[in-house]
Amino acid sequence: MKKFLAQSYIWIVLILLYSPLIFIAVFSFTESRVLGNWTGFSLKLYENLFSGGMNGSSSLMSAVKNTFIIAVIAASLSTILGTIAAIGIFNLRGRRKQTMQFLNNIPMLNPDVITGVSLFLLFVFLGFSQGYVTVILAHISFCTPYVVLSVLPRLTQLNPNTYEAALDLGATPSQALFKVLIPQLRPGMISGFFLAFTMSLDDFAVTFFTRGTIGLDTLSTYIYTDARKGGLTPELRPLMTLIFLIILVLLIILNVHQARQIKKQKKNEKISKYSAGSGFSHRLSRRS
Amino acid sequence: MANQDVIIDIRHLSKSYGDKKVLDDINFQIRKGEFITLLGPSGCGKTTTLRIIAGFVEASDGEVLLEGSDISGIPPYKRPFNTVFQRYALFPHLDVYDNVAFGLKLRNLPEERIDQLVRRALKLVSMSDYESRDVDSLSGGQQQRVAIARALVNKPQVLLLDEPLAALDLKMRKDMQMELKEMHEKIGITFIYVTHDQEEALTLSDTIVVMNEGRIQQIGTPTEIYNEPQNEFVADFIGESNILNGTMVCDRKVNFIEHEFECVDEGFGENTPVDVVIRPEDIYIMSKLEGAQFTATVKSCTFKGVHYQMFVDTDKGYELMVQDYNAFEVGSTVGLFIKPFDIQVMRKPRTCNSFEGEIIDSTHVWILGESFECRETSLEPGTKVKVDVEFDKIDLQDHQEEGTVDGEVHFILYKGNHYHLTILTAHGDHIYVDTQDIWDKGDLVGINIAPEDLIITECND
Repeated sequence: MKKFLAQSYIWIVLILLYSPLIFIAVFSFTESRVLGNWTGFSLKLYENLFSGGMNGSSSLMSAVKNTFIIAVIAASLSTILGTIAAIGIFNLRGRRKQTMQFLNNIPMLNPDVITGVSLFLLFVFLGFSQGYVTVILAHISFCTPYVVLSVLPRLTQLNPNTYEAALDLGATPSQALFKVLIPQLRPGMISGFFLAFTMSLDDFAVTFFTRGTIGLDTLSTYIYTDARKGGLTPELRPLMTLIFLIILVLLIILNVHQARQIKKQKKNEKISKYSAGSGFSHRLSRRS
Repeated sequence: MANQDVIIDIRHLSKSYGDKKVLDDINFQIRKGEFITLLGPSGCGKTTTLRIIAGFVEASDGEVLLEGSDISGIPPYKRPFNTVFQRYALFPHLDVYDNVAFGLKLRNLPEERIDQLVRRALKLVSMSDYESRDVDSLSGGQQQRVAIARALVNKPQVLLLDEPLAALDLKMRKDMQMELKEMHEKIGITFIYVTHDQEEALTLSDTIVVMNEGRIQQIGTPTEIYNEPQNEFVADFIGESNILNGTMVCDRKVNFIEHEFECVDEGFGENTPVDVVIRPEDIYIMSKLEGAQFTATVKSCTFKGVHYQMFVDTDKGYELMVQDYNAFEVGSTVGLFIKPFDIQVMRKPRTCNSFEGEIIDSTHVWILGESFECRETSLEPGTKVKVDVEFDKIDLQDHQEEGTVDGEVHFILYKGNHYHLTILTAHGDHIYVDTQDIWDKGDLVGINIAPEDLIITECND
């Protein structure tokens, strides 16, 4: 009985978490304009989405395009910026290091609305015309701390002597950075990039405040305005289903890759343990 | 004046981190082709010295000359040195071949030349079959070989080795020692080797530089260092030894463990207090008592493989360590004998504690950063004084709060019938204490001195 309760608990949690997604996915295969009405199986909505046979389909597609362009640019730039920042923070000592880490954590805990409003005020104050550039800058500013956070642990694991070894072998500091440090940080940078990418992808508040009035829409702002105009465009259902599937596949690839690497590492450790030769270890004792 | 053979000349090298001085006026020269070892306990400054030579650390003071010219301003990647790091520091994202080729590729050598050199270097360290292996899949010994090949392939003028064998187990360490020595003979370049393992240093080196607390204690060949240690630290750190208080009666005659021995040392003056070092294998032990210089009772006897190690109590109550091929029964009385040239006599660095201080009032004196009660004195407050305290007149307390000053047990020397401790106070002063009590290194203690034991003399300068 106890076991049954424990098992059903996890299923209840999973159902609560995933039922909205499944609901949307299921109803993406019917034509009804109103969500929740099953009017028979149909791929019409998918067809509409790709052929453009719907009202305002061009603005939806451009919103999707904007979302991905912004996410790719913001994630790439924050990966570069965050990695450099992480190396800098790692090399600080004592109180200064703690302070920098603390400052890095604040933007992540700060509510998005506040980040959005303050960036909006900043751009107005500086006289920036708001649009693509301001949205990208804003996204970089809230994505970078996540990259820092995923690169820092990699740096801690690094053998600190490898950088010195590179210098010792004749590499200039910048050669040492690109040939030795960055390749070792790559896994951290990749997971930082994906974190930044998904953060940017689903951001609403910050984008809403920094997109200006030129009519720039990302997926989240498009859906927001669309919903206010009177019900969601039904073609959003297949779109969301597809985006969810893409993210799911990416996550699976990333996880499988990581699992393989861990396995490889373990195997290597095993090999070196066995090839270490005689397992005897003596210690000379001294009288003290 | 400048010796043609000298490749590296280290002059007045000092390094401080904040208030902490880790190197204090280091001077030594390294000859071309020499295998020189920097030897000392952890924290003695040996690695810092190596890192200054490599260029990773900047000296606070002093200079490093390479063939006569100062290289202090030259970054590590332009110095003709290569380093083998303590934990190998191989590049985990590259395979064995690319690790070794790293330095050559940076120099833009033609592909075929790189290939040729890498293969030759891997052959030198017997790792030819491992070219495409992941470095993480290698054992410690194999990684170390790759690290050596990676350094040597660049044909450095000097190879720097920072405790390269410390992570290996004993048997592998011994094999690698022999290989390193052969490699050194084969390629003929200068090796600068850092280790805390005295046996390794004795085995490998042409010259040993013994360091402690940022200072050089002794420079010499392995035999010089072992047979003629210049101070207590070297005698205690290198090998096993009996270190005893003695008195130089006159030339060629020394008194210790309350017996008079003939020795070969001269020029100490008459009745001069000295330290005497006798290696445990230099004490002859026999069961017959006639012909012995003194007798003793065997207290313990342990088999050590090649020899037995025994602790004996002499007729006058001193404990000595003796090593012999034969075992002697515990409790039996034995005769002992020491040959004159096996007795190493060292001048004492000090015969009592000597502190600089200042009179506070008629019954108090300021020393060691605290006020101490002293015998009534007629000296004016503010007078600069020298305060002497005998080694055995310092009282150590278990609890720091019970002492006027607190400190830490820093160095322990057993002198046959008592311990000679060096205490480092919170203010950075050294206090030397003779005691019968057993303390451990690192113990925190409180320090008291009775008023009548402070011997105050006015400073005349």
